[in-house]
Amino acid sequence: MSKATTKNGTAQTKPQTIDEHIVEIVCDSGEGAQKAGTLFATISAKMGNGIWTVEIIPAEIKPPARSREGASGNRIRVGSKEMTNAGDEANLVVALNEQVLYGRLSQDAYGPETTILLESVWATDPDANIRDAYTAALADFSARGLNVIELPIHEACSELMTDPRLGKNIFVLGILCYIYQRDTALAKQEIANIFAKKGEKVISTNHALLDAGVEFAIKHIPFTYTIPNMDVTDDQVVMNGNVAVALGVMASGMDMVSMYPITPATSASHYLAGVFDQAGGFVHQAEDEIAAIGFALGASYAGKTACTITSGPGMALKTEFIGLAVMSEIPIVIVNVQRGGPSTGLPTKVEQGDLLNAMYAATGDAPKIIMAPATIEESFYSIITARQLAEAFRTPVIVLTDANLATGQTLYKRPVTKEDWLAPPIDQSDWHAGTPAYAWNEETGISPRPIPGQKGGEYVLTGLAHTPESHVAYNPQANQVGCDMRSRKIAALEQTFTPPKVHGDESGDLLIVGWGSTLGAIEEAVDRARAKGHKVSSVHLRYLSPMEVGLEEIFAKFKKVMTVEINYSDPMGSVAHPRPSQLAMMLRAHLMQEVDFWSIVPGQPLGPNQIVGVIEDKLGTTKPSKKKNEKAGAGK
Amino acid sequence: MFGLKQDWSLDVLPRYFTLDDYESSVPRWCAGCGDHGILTTVQRICRDKQLLPEKTVCVSGIGCSSRFPHYMSTYGFHGLHGRAFPVACGIKSRRPDLDVWVATGDGDCCSIGAGHWVHAVRYNMDMVAILFDNNVYALTKKQSSPTSQIGQSTNTHPKGAPLPPLNPSTTTLSITNCSFVAQTVDWNPVHMHETLKAAHEHKGFSFVRIFQRCPVFSEECFAEAQTDPDLVQLVEHDNGLQVSESGTRIYKNRRTHDPSDLVQAMAVSNQTDVLPIGLLYQNETMPIYNEYSSVGINSTPEDKINALNHQLDRFAI
Ligand code: SF4
Repeated sequence: MSKATTKNGTAQTKPQTIDEHIVEIVCDSGEGAQKAGTLFATISAKMGNGIWTVEIIPAEIKPPARSREGASGNRIRVGSKEMTNAGDEANLVVALNEQVLYGRLSQDAYGPETTILLESVWATDPDANIRDAYTAALADFSARGLNVIELPIHEACSELMTDPRLGKNIFVLGILCYIYQRDTALAKQEIANIFAKKGEKVISTNHALLDAGVEFAIKHIPFTYTIPNMDVTDDQVVMNGNVAVALGVMASGMDMVSMYPITPATSASHYLAGVFDQAGGFVHQAEDEIAAIGFALGASYAGKTACTITSGPGMALKTEFIGLAVMSEIPIVIVNVQRGGPSTGLPTKVEQGDLLNAMYAATGDAPKIIMAPATIEESFYSIITARQLAEAFRTPVIVLTDANLATGQTLYKRPVTKEDWLAPPIDQSDWHAGTPAYAWNEETGISPRPIPGQKGGEYVLTGLAHTPESHVAYNPQANQVGCDMRSRKIAALEQTFTPPKVHGDESGDLLIVGWGSTLGAIEEAVDRARAKGHKVSSVHLRYLSPMEVGLEEIFAKFKKVMTVEINYSDPMGSVAHPRPSQLAMMLRAHLMQEVDFWSIVPGQPLGPNQIVGVIEDKLGTTKPSKKKNEKAGAGK
Repeated sequence: MFGLKQDWSLDVLPRYFTLDDYESSVPRWCAGCGDHGILTTVQRICRDKQLLPEKTVCVSGIGCSSRFPHYMSTYGFHGLHGRAFPVACGIKSRRPDLDVWVATGDGDCCSIGAGHWVHAVRYNMDMVAILFDNNVYALTKKQSSPTSQIGQSTNTHPKGAPLPPLNPSTTTLSITNCSFVAQTVDWNPVHMHETLKAAHEHKGFSFVRIFQRCPVFSEECFAEAQTDPDLVQLVEHDNGLQVSESGTRIYKNRRTHDPSDLVQAMAVSNQTDVLPIGLLYQNETMPIYNEYSSVGINSTPEDKINALNHQLDRFAI
């Protein structure tokens, strides 16, 4: 990790040291902002900063140029500590046209602290409509209190490129490298990596664009920043949550993923499709979501526990097979990368709306294990555990991630791989004579599982009510026993749990309860609220079925307990019987006690400041005294 | 006759299986149901081929015929209505060592499971799919199925089914990568035996449609063909099924058909005035999906860990 070597001799000011900044590059899709954003994040990570990046995805596949819904690009939160979420309002934005900024403004991405570096070519566009739109937007931005710096990026790039549109992204990267004192030698290395397939000429053009961007920034930008390194000595990896899930599949020893294309889950299978063969694995693209799980269950039944990766609408279609897997006790790992619902809903956007689906969507009583990783790192490890639990408890395991984890990228400690993680080879030894196919242990409900190929274990798996021998049985007692035994497994797993850790003090005025991808934002919000003097803590649940243990004792030490989730609820007090958010509903039923809730469905991750507001509302202290640390990315 | 062959030589087998070894509980199908004969035929083939019971898996959906796995003492998977094919394909995908048989009905395969049927044919995985075609939903008590005859009276169409029946064999023949289609009747055990045997020997997905009697709910469908053998058309060829005299003697209505001729197979299959029985189509050169899906099944833990480490290198900072 080397020091920044950008020559900034002509900089007007000394670099200001900051803890973190949220940077965005936004433009029309096709202008290469993703590439520039990824490069900026990689360079920052390699220099020792913490990062969290998210893609800004346009709402349409081919949006027209300069359209609000076409906003495309990257948000990079870069700081001197581990970054766990995308934060609140951006600090610095580079925008290649003014219209895409409206797309982001409508998502509350910017505020009075935001500085915008805006391409100014539109001011002199031959089309009067464009000129007018640009002028009007500038006036509007200034009325909104945004700090806009106009930059002739197009003109500067024209000196290097016949079509400057194609080079602006790396030019912008040069600007950012100057502003944040990034190591330009490292930047050039990364550029060479990313364009390696395109050949020397493309690489040298992009190196020239980077240098030009730096020179340009020296002339035009009156500020620079230094972001100190994290003190990290461990090896690190950087990836998004879908890749983490895919690597988790490889690490678990499962060697088959059966899938059907669905946003935002598919990229996990895409990635695996390219590399799985190296581990002897295979990605099956099924004819539909139902067949995807049916195929996986076939492999699992035959001793090769498989995984299917999907999203909400796929879960809806798989429901009948999930019920069969519970009933006939077939291990399988089902990953639901949640998106907005109901129905087709918000395909590319985050929601935590499928918790109750995972819990209850089946006919009759179909208990299963439900896990929710809270970070990208946990997305990796959860799959390894999920495979082990599925086999040990002979049951489906549903892993709930979401679009926020799936597309966010961050650093985490490089996993040290272990052979123990891998599935054992298929047992083909003779089956113990006289042991039925479901020799349920009366206390745990657990039973050994015969695998085709095991002599003497022949049985007919059935979705009908059955005896321990897997004989179809319609008598009242057999059905009761079967249901008891499947339920017992959940109770048995629960016995192995220890209570979750409370973030903050173990007692206070308010406890926030969350699950899944909101961990980073909730804990950051709790830290900020605590810094303001509020007695608030949080607890985050990784297991939803069985539910985490010790919650009664944890909750009892707080005056109020409230879930914070990204799913729908009627605001508390808004109607006679408000419909609670999903975790609150489960906790109320599970603990038989009052649990308050706050949840919304904006299709976006929650920001820490937003949650601080919710905490203060709940505590009745909406006008807190001004203290440090309350604003995302405020410099010290 | 333990291992005794026709030429009186003797194979000394460590394990020898008799019919008993493939039989399970007493089938609960109605007396006179065609399913009984189909079951016995499959059990005989298992016995003749000495298939290891533990390496044989019978997969089914839901319906009268889908009870089939329960009456075999091999491994079985009696799953969901219409979903036998994805499960069977999944089993075969990573366990090509298993001998997979699928039992499905005209409702299970051609209605609720139609999407999977199309794709199972295209995957062409090495297994035998037996369509028990009795032209009716029987388990749920007499509703029209896609193969019900026009005018056939059912509980959902008391005045007669309004549409002409779907032809499962013609449909299968029209699916890309189809490799084996044959038809037989449950009331001719000799012909049925040769048909299912050929299906089992075929490398790829063998689709066998069996005209199956349901004396309870659709007796009228095949009653005439049983009494008047001229309503059955024997499809024969040097490359087709070689059925002994006892299974063919009664059929005067014969048609020579080369099973490599796909276009002609459609024409044979499409006839509505007779029940064509025999091998309609066979092509062993088509791609077999389990040869693709099972690549890598023998990779070692070391291979897997190396691959994982190599991937982690890609994301290392
Ligand atoms: S109802 Fe028909 S198909 Fe079902 S068992 Fe009886 S005869 Fe066979």
